[in-house]
Amino acid sequence: MIGSLGWAPDVVSSPRVWVAIVAIGIATYGFRLSFIHLFGRIDEVPESVKRPLRFVPPAVLAALVLPDLVTVGPSVAETLADERLIAGVIAGAVAWRTENVFATITVGMVVLWLFRFVVFA
Amino acid sequence: MDGDLTDDDSGPDSSDCSSEADGDSPDSDSAAGDSPDSDSAAGDTPRADIVAGVRDVSPLMLGIVPFALVAGIAAVDAGLTLVEAVGMSVIVFAGASQLAALDLLGSDAPLAVVIGTAAVINLRMVMYSASIAPYFADYSRKVRAGLAYVLTDQAYALSVAEFTENESRSRWRYYLGAGVSLWIVWQIGTVVGVVVGTGVPDEWGLTFAVPLVFLALLVPAMKDRPTTAAGIAGGAIAVVAAGLPLNLGLLAGAVSGIVVGLLTEAMGR
Repeated sequence: MIGSLGWAPDVVSSPRVWVAIVAIGIATYGFRLSFIHLFGRIDEVPESVKRPLRFVPPAVLAALVLPDLVTVGPSVAETLADERLIAGVIAGAVAWRTENVFATITVGMVVLWLFRFVVFA
Repeated sequence: MDGDLTDDDSGPDSSDCSSEADGDSPDSDSAAGDSPDSDSAAGDTPRADIVAGVRDVSPLMLGIVPFALVAGIAAVDAGLTLVEAVGMSVIVFAGASQLAALDLLGSDAPLAVVIGTAAVINLRMVMYSASIAPYFADYSRKVRAGLAYVLTDQAYALSVAEFTENESRSRWRYYLGAGVSLWIVWQIGTVVGVVVGTGVPDEWGLTFAVPLVFLALLVPAMKDRPTTAAGIAGGAIAVVAAGLPLNLGLLAGAVSGIVVGLLTEAMGR
């Protein structure tokens, strides 16, 4: 069945790929479990630890999002004239006004396509 | 869906029920909540907490589905078999790191670089783990080990927001409602991406749905001056540091954002 669909007869499962998968999997699960495991063993999480944790969602999510919207270009104009940034700003405004996830994603994709296939085409 | 979650029911044990019961149901006693026939009743049943998690995560699927398809397509491009692709999605279950690892595997990068890059990208999970851990502290060790497996950006962000706003929510049920839904869609999406996904042209930019998902979670997380400052700083530093090796820009942004948030909060006092 695999052969008939086109991959694989010549692609042999390689130990390299599995080593990578298992190593990344173990590391990632360790990261996920780390404090969930630890905080179950101590009675009360100290306030000094809790305080910075409040900033994890905005800081990490922004660090994930922004590099996908902005690439620092040779000039300000080139940096700003990027359909990803324009779509991101408009989608961000939609998220802020509506707090509607579906609308945010839909508007973002439509604006991206509009600029990519029409305005900047 | 309900079926496989009830398996976990034996896990989150009596200590959960008793600690939850007071907040859970102002209108009823915990005995009624525990009996199997009560789940047909309307209102605050355990089932409602699972359904709430599934409901809140469902609009995010608009971005998760293309993300998973792209992960499947990238696996084929990197020369992985279907079994390897699914193995990666099940064992790693973290999209951004999967894409980076596949890209490096496909370009024959040294294994240490592949593993190191993916690990650095996923190091943010330590912060999620620390942030959500206090909410799970009452559960047994086994249950916490299981909950940790489905910790993702989306399940984390939705759950922490919900736990802060709605204290009567059964935490593990809501979290698993969101987390297990994401897991299922992620696995199916990977398979579909491997089998049929290669036809979607690159310029459609389906991967752009990925930052849009994070954006939809980010905006409501910036709810006051300090959290807004944390977001702005974290994003700005991540953009400036985007060229760093091993994707260290992500960590640099995350840590800077937290520091700026703390400083802003301290100045406001």
